[in-house]
Parts: sequence; structure tokens; C-alpha cells
Amino acid sequence: MSKIVQFVSQNCGKITPDSVEDYIENGGFEGLKKAFTLKPTEIIAEVKTAKLLGRGGAAYPAGAKWEQLLEIPEFPKYIVCNADEGEPGTFKDKLLLSQDPLRVIEGMTIAGYVFNSNDGYIYIRGEYAAVQKSFQKAIDHAVQQGYLGTHILGTDFSFRIHIKTGAGAYVCGENSALLNSIEGKAGRPRIKPPHLAEVGLFSKPTLVNNVESFAAIPIITQLGGEKYLSYGTSDSGGTKLICLSGHAAKRGVYEVPFGVTLRDIIYDPEIGGGIRDGKKLKFFHLGGQSGPCGIPEQLDTPYCYKKLRAAGLAVGSGAVVIMDESICVIDYLKSVTEFFIHESCGKCTPCREGNQQLYNILCKFADGHAVHEDFKIMKRLVDAMTNASFCGLGQSAAVALSTCLTYFKDEFEAHINKKCPAGYCFQERESGK
Amino acid sequence: MHHIANPNNKVTVTIDGIPVTVPEGTLIMDAAKKVGIIIPVLCYHPDLAVRATCRVCLIEIKGQKKLKTACSTEVWAGAEIITNSKVVRDTRKTVLELILASHPQDCLQCVRSGNCELQQLARTFGIDKPVFEPMDNKLPLQDENTSIVRDPNKCIKCGRCVAVCQEVQEVGAINTANRSNHYEISTAYSQKLDDTSCVFCGQCIAVCPVGALYEKDNTDKVWSALDDQELHVVVQVAPAVRVALGEEFGMPRGSIDTGKMVTALRRLGFDRIFDTSFAADVTIMEEGSELIERLQHQGVLPLITSCSPGWVNFVEKFYPEVLPNVSSCKSPQQIFGALAKTYYAQKTGISPDKIFVVSVMPCTAKKHESSREEMNSSGYQDVDVVLTTRELARMIKQIGIDFVALEPGEFDDPMGMSTGAAVIFGTSGGVMEAALRTVYELVTGEGLQQLDFEMVRGHAGIKEAEIDLAGTKIKVAIVNGLKNARILMEKIKAGQCDYTFIEIMGCPGGCIGGGGQPITTATGVKGERMAGLYQIDRGSDIRQSHKNPAVIRIYEEFLNKPLSHKSHKLLHTRYFPRKK
Repeated sequence: MSKIVQFVSQNCGKITPDSVEDYIENGGFEGLKKAFTLKPTEIIAEVKTAKLLGRGGAAYPAGAKWEQLLEIPEFPKYIVCNADEGEPGTFKDKLLLSQDPLRVIEGMTIAGYVFNSNDGYIYIRGEYAAVQKSFQKAIDHAVQQGYLGTHILGTDFSFRIHIKTGAGAYVCGENSALLNSIEGKAGRPRIKPPHLAEVGLFSKPTLVNNVESFAAIPIITQLGGEKYLSYGTSDSGGTKLICLSGHAAKRGVYEVPFGVTLRDIIYDPEIGGGIRDGKKLKFFHLGGQSGPCGIPEQLDTPYCYKKLRAAGLAVGSGAVVIMDESICVIDYLKSVTEFFIHESCGKCTPCREGNQQLYNILCKFADGHAVHEDFKIMKRLVDAMTNASFCGLGQSAAVALSTCLTYFKDEFEAHINKKCPAGYCFQERESGK
Repeated sequence: MHHIANPNNKVTVTIDGIPVTVPEGTLIMDAAKKVGIIIPVLCYHPDLAVRATCRVCLIEIKGQKKLKTACSTEVWAGAEIITNSKVVRDTRKTVLELILASHPQDCLQCVRSGNCELQQLARTFGIDKPVFEPMDNKLPLQDENTSIVRDPNKCIKCGRCVAVCQEVQEVGAINTANRSNHYEISTAYSQKLDDTSCVFCGQCIAVCPVGALYEKDNTDKVWSALDDQELHVVVQVAPAVRVALGEEFGMPRGSIDTGKMVTALRRLGFDRIFDTSFAADVTIMEEGSELIERLQHQGVLPLITSCSPGWVNFVEKFYPEVLPNVSSCKSPQQIFGALAKTYYAQKTGISPDKIFVVSVMPCTAKKHESSREEMNSSGYQDVDVVLTTRELARMIKQIGIDFVALEPGEFDDPMGMSTGAAVIFGTSGGVMEAALRTVYELVTGEGLQQLDFEMVRGHAGIKEAEIDLAGTKIKVAIVNGLKNARILMEKIKAGQCDYTFIEIMGCPGGCIGGGGQPITTATGVKGERMAGLYQIDRGSDIRQSHKNPAVIRIYEEFLNKPLSHKSHKLLHTRYFPRKK
């Protein structure tokens, strides 16, 4: 039986992305039409039944988030789609945005209807310049055909979608930083509480969901939460778009039902197809740079929120970065940490200073200057960053390092003795790394 | 879901097992204080909005995965708060060590040594050796202006200065810039402060926890002048200094140290010790007369005071269209300087080029004011050097005087005599009250029965009152803090302002809260300094500027009358729109 499904991604590559006719021919806007026959509470009940967990990475239950916003009596409310897809190794939102934008538009519009909101914002990452243009076309076409704009489908409901874009800061994927950026402020996270549901965009009640979450809404509305849930496991409803990269034989975006194993994802001929060049898998990095690393011994873990968490792993954004035996863990972690040094917003101490200090220590290992005391210092840094950082960026920046310290302690030790098991460090190189 | 706290509801929590009942919405750090637990803070400041960025005030709450910041987290019923667990202690210490790793370790050469919040915390946490690799960034000092020095190396990025500049003053000269280890406090495009909207109020210095912001130190210039046998060095001291200087020597906040201060100045070697309050009385004569003239001759109203150089810089930069409303009267500091180099020079026969005028001010903008080109109407620069209260304290410490034990001294003649009215110039509402005490009598010709105008006193950012001047009712407003000044300026621009006279002070609370005053994070200190000034006023024999015998004499002997030709030449000035 095939391990992949075509559900949320069913139109990708098959229709003209900005063609409303094509979209309708393939079942498009049925969810929206159905939504107009339902009460907001009924739609939210379906989202809850579907057990849709936020697909951006934090896995917050969408149904609960929607329920909280519905309870807030203040208006206007805003619908915001987080399309800042900044996690390295993550490119599944780009697929949906470019190949099936009307599904995202439909999902946001249903949310608009649920919350009686007239304005939606989609924050598309700065690097996706082409996507911004094609998405605008899709919006324009939807408006022309009466599926967006004023009096949608002849009803009293009006909903506009505005595209906003950042300058490429990773931290703007953090929802409160994203809202600041839309408001024209520097993209830095806000103090919470108050939660965004109460004090969100322009200080108004706001819903922020990821692209993939919004893309699942039309299906859930049309087919019901039960149907969506049935694709996945009892606790992780539906499907997940995963992004295979690194040394996977077949890199790309795949839609899998929750419950397939990591082995399926990496080795199934229809999915990852194994490791490039016949090499051995050394480790895999899940959910983005902020996610944990795993080792071959964990390959039989089912890919779902609960089982991965129990194994010290995570779904996160859906990134699956494969690293083969030629990679030095310390060198890999150096580049992960460099990423966070570059992307830390700088406002809180543990993240601003901690990443830099972690990097210094990793360099000591890579250069053969580390001592055993450095393990203790790294542990202190990891703990402080995880416990004390202002936002998710700093709290998760040391997760990869932390998991690698568990699985690859020997490799760190070897570097103290100036030996690199992967044969990468301590080599004469002509230039650069 | 979070909901808006109702302080009428009480909640009970435990802190380290000790139960405490507090109003809903109370911050954990305040609840902890109630049971005698002081939670360390660094980015938190009682006068500023919470930012929770330094992450020093961490605490643990039972059942919560991550540590919380006590400065930003409100209590909730039943919360079990733990402030002394291993994870709390270790994490706080690590955070502090991280801050120290990118902070210079040269406390001995730092102006804030001994009064540095970071140094204090390092001592509290028993940090005795560097754990992390020191980050050695040698960035240049930013000091190309008359008033404020910014040392980016010492900055710990707590954001207090940005908060005060943007939220309290709404000047917005500085902001956070860049990311990660390049994150810094910067002007727009790293311009010099002179080229920004900065008004040199120095409130950024007043809230900086470390030595990253301080006044341009002029003590060396003053020592050189004092050591120069050719020079006759006179000093004037602003009213607000005398109720704050003692704090630098461990005296109670708000204690009145006028006499000790005079003695200390004499011991420092100044030839004459004068009082800016004398010039403040002259200011009232000039500004009060200007008000009366504008009232009688349909001049531009409302008239707005011009004593506060932070405010004057603000109006020149942000509201040039309101400049005709600003009194042409120089500030007391400059009036003093102009008179010292003319009247005093003439009286003593000392050549004005040999008279060196030093001011001691609660203010950093006064340094800028004294350097203005137009402030030399006598042919000589009115004021040669301006010291802040803090710099004077440093000079006193340098010569090893036991300030607390000093016998009180007296100001010298002829520019040391002043009234209670002049002394309250140092607090918000004081100029207004002093003006009313004089203007009322000048206009009505009647003696005032009640000299205390309570309605113009107090901390409020905008105060208003209505006064009956012989049948003509005038409305006045008193404003402190530039955010509040902006509110009034917008009203004036919109033509919605029916005030006749407005007092504006750039700093919150007036001069007692100036950017040159002793630095403290204690709450209530402004009120204590204010109370000190009103106490001096109450105890004064003369409490109205026009009754100051020295002022009467200077008009008889030298100025002729308020707004005379000589007054205009020496005591009045002009303002210019300035770019920001």
C-alpha cells in the first residue's frame, strides 16, 4: 500500500494555480459553500474533532485556538496566515502557496466567516517574491469570481485578504513578531499574556494559523472532522506535508498520513528512497533547525505528535533533514548555531548571548581545544536558553545540540582528543571551512 | 484565557511556601516584596513599561514547564511560586554571567562604579570568575555633543533608555537596531545625537543601570579654572540641586542640604558662591512683565515658559510654529551668567574676561544651553561650564570632604539672595506659582492673602488652574515631561487651547527629576525632593520674587525696569527652528 496520500496537496502540480475554474472543477470552494450553511460553533466543532494541530511547528490545537477567539466579544477581529516559512529545510508552505493558493484563500475565508472578520492578512516571507506575485493573482481571480471581496457568493459576508511581507527575518515566523512586522514595527516578539487572541494585530483579537493549517480547513469543513481525523492517528488528525532534504535520495515535499514510521519516510521508494550515493544514515533532524536530531535506532518510531514526543523527537514544521555518515556532528551543530546567531532578534539575554557562547564552545571542539569542563558549560547554556529565553526561538535554539549531546557524546569526546570520527575536522583545507 | 485584572478581587498565592494575598493583577515581583523576598531585576524600572528582556528576574511556578519573569507575570489564584530552587538560582546566575561576558570588566574606570546595578547583582550572586569567553567588542564612544556620552561597549541592552526616550518623553532619538550580537541602541542611521531629535534631557542617563550613558564630564575644566590664579571663579547652584546632592553622600532622600552645599563649594575653592534662585527671581520679573504686556497688548498667547532647555530644544525641533508663544526670557542659568559678566563685573571692578561662571544644574540640557551661540549678549559667553549634581558630588568626593559633617554656609552677595518663590522653580508647578505670586500683585496692586497655589503643585503630567486677576479670569496649565508637552502643543496647533500661561518642564516632575540628578531606581524620590523645595519655600522670609531686595536693587542700580532696553539685550533671547 502506498505510504503517501494526496489530500491537502491533491491539487498541487495538477491545476493552474490561480485558476478559479480549475480549482472549482477539483472540488474547490465546496468547503466555503458548506461553511455558509453552518454556524461558527459547528465549524469549530469539526476542527476540534479533526484534531488539527498547528502545522507551523508549535502544534497548538487549532480547535482550541478558534474556540478561544470566538469567545472574545471585541471586534474587529483579524485573520492572519503565517506564511513566513523560515525554518531551514522547510518548503511545504511554498508548495501550497504556489501550487494551490486558492485552497489557502478558501481556508482563511472560512475562518473569516467563523469570526465575522472582514480582513485577513497573509504574511509571506520576503524570499518568496515570486510567490507573493502569484498569490496576489489568485486573490484577484477569487475576487473577480465572487469568492472573495464584498458579498461573497451573494451573502452579506465580505472578506479581503492583504499580502504583507517581511525582510526575511526568521523570528517573524513567531506569531507576535509577525504581527509587529505587519504593523510596521521591528519584528521582535511581544510579551505574553495578553495572548494574540485578545490583543493581536493592531491590538485587536486575532487568529494566526499556518498555511498548511488553513489549507486543511476547507477539507475539514466539507468532509467533516471525523473524515479528516481518520487519515491520521487517534491523537494526530489528518496528514502532514513533510519536506525531505539533505542526503535523502529523493528530496521534496510529500504528504503522509500520521502514523507512518520514520523508516518509511526516509527509505520508502515513493518517499525518501533511502540515502544518496548508497551511504549510511548518520542522523536526521526533524522539524527545522529548532527541532531535535534523531538516530537510526529510532527509525521505527511512528511519525505522529505523541510518539515522536515520547521518543524525544518532534514533528515541528515537517522538515526532515537527512545527514549521512560523512557529516561531523560538531560541524553540523556549528552551522545550526550560526543560523541562530544570525536570526536571534537580540532583545533577550539568553538567546542573544547564549547562541554566541555555544558557538564559541563548538568551535573549541572543532579546533581540538575543548576540555571536559566545556560539557558542563554547554549544559548550563542549554538549560538557561531553554528555560529563560523570551520566545520560542531562543527556547528551542539549543534543542539540536541538546539531543546530539545525548546521542553523540563519543564524537564530542573524540574531538577533545583531536580526532574527528567523520574525518572532517583537523584536515588541511585550502580555504574556507 | 487571560482576562483584565480587577484589583478589587484578591487572590492568594504562595511564594516559597509563604501564603500572601494580593490584588488581582499584582506582578509576582511585587507580591514577593510583600513577603520580604527581593527578586533581582535589571531591565525593570519602576517608571517604565515592562519589557522582560534581561531575563534576570526568573522564578518557577509549580506545574509550569518554563521559568517565568517576575517583572512581567501577574499572580493567579493558587499559584505556587518558587524563587529559590536550584533551577532558578542557576539560571539567574547563568543569565547574569552571559551579560557580564559581553560587558567590559573595567569597573575601576567606570563612572558608575559603586552605583551600578550590574555590579551590585554580580556581587549579590557571588560571581567571582568569568565562566564564558569575554566578547571583546571595542566600539567607539559616542560623545560628539555637549551633554551626553554613550558607551556602546558598556550597554547591556536592557532597553530602559529607549523606553524613556520613546514612551515617557516621546522624543524618539534612540531605538533598538540590528539583530542578535549586533543588537544595539542606536540613533537613526547612527547619526550623532546633535543631528537627531535628541533634546539632551538626559532621562536616558537617569534610567541607565550601568555606565553606558553618562553626562559629558566637565569637572576637569572646573578644576583648571579653580587652579588658575588669573580667574575669578563664581558658581551658581540651581534650586533642585540642594534637595538631591545629599543622596550622593548617603543622606536621606529629599533632605535639604543648602548650607552644607555652600560650604563644600567654598572648600572647593570657588571665589563666590551664588544662587541661581536669585536669577530665577529676575526671571519672574521679566517673564511676569512679558505676560502682562502680552495680555495688555494682544500679544501672542498662551505664553509658555522657557526655563527648561530640554523643553526649548523640543519646541525648536518638533513645534517651531509654536516658537512665538515661548517667552523670550532666558533661563535663570543664562540670566545669571549674563548678569555675572555685566552687573557683577561692574560692581566689583573685575574684568568680565576674568570672570569664570560655573553652574551646578540638575540637568544635562543646561550644558547644551550654555553652549548656544546666542548666549553671549554681554560680549562674553554667559556661562562657561555647566556641572550636573552628580559631577559636583564627584568633585566634593575627590577632595575628601566629609559632606555630612559640614557646617552650613551662606550664599554670597549680591547674587546669592533669593526668595521661596525662586526655590520652587526646581519642581513642576514652581515657576507658575512664583509667577502668579508676583503677577497677581503687579496687576491688581493688592497684596495676596494666600501665597500657596496648591492646585498647580503635584506630580500630574498636566495640571490646570483658573486665576482671577482683578476680574479677568485666566486659565493656566502646568506640564512636565515632553510627552505631555506634545499633547498641549497639538492642542495649541489645533486652536483648542484657551490657556493664557503655560509652564513646561522637560523632565518628569520638573528639575528635581532632571537628567543630571543622582541616579536611583527608588520609587517616590521625586516626591521627596519636591517636598524639600516646598519646605524651603515655607520657611523663607520672603516668598515673592518682586520683594527680593537684591532684585529690587539690581533694577535700581543696573537694569532700570523689567523689559528695559538693557534687560532685552542681556536677559532675553531668540529661538530658531532646528532640524531633527
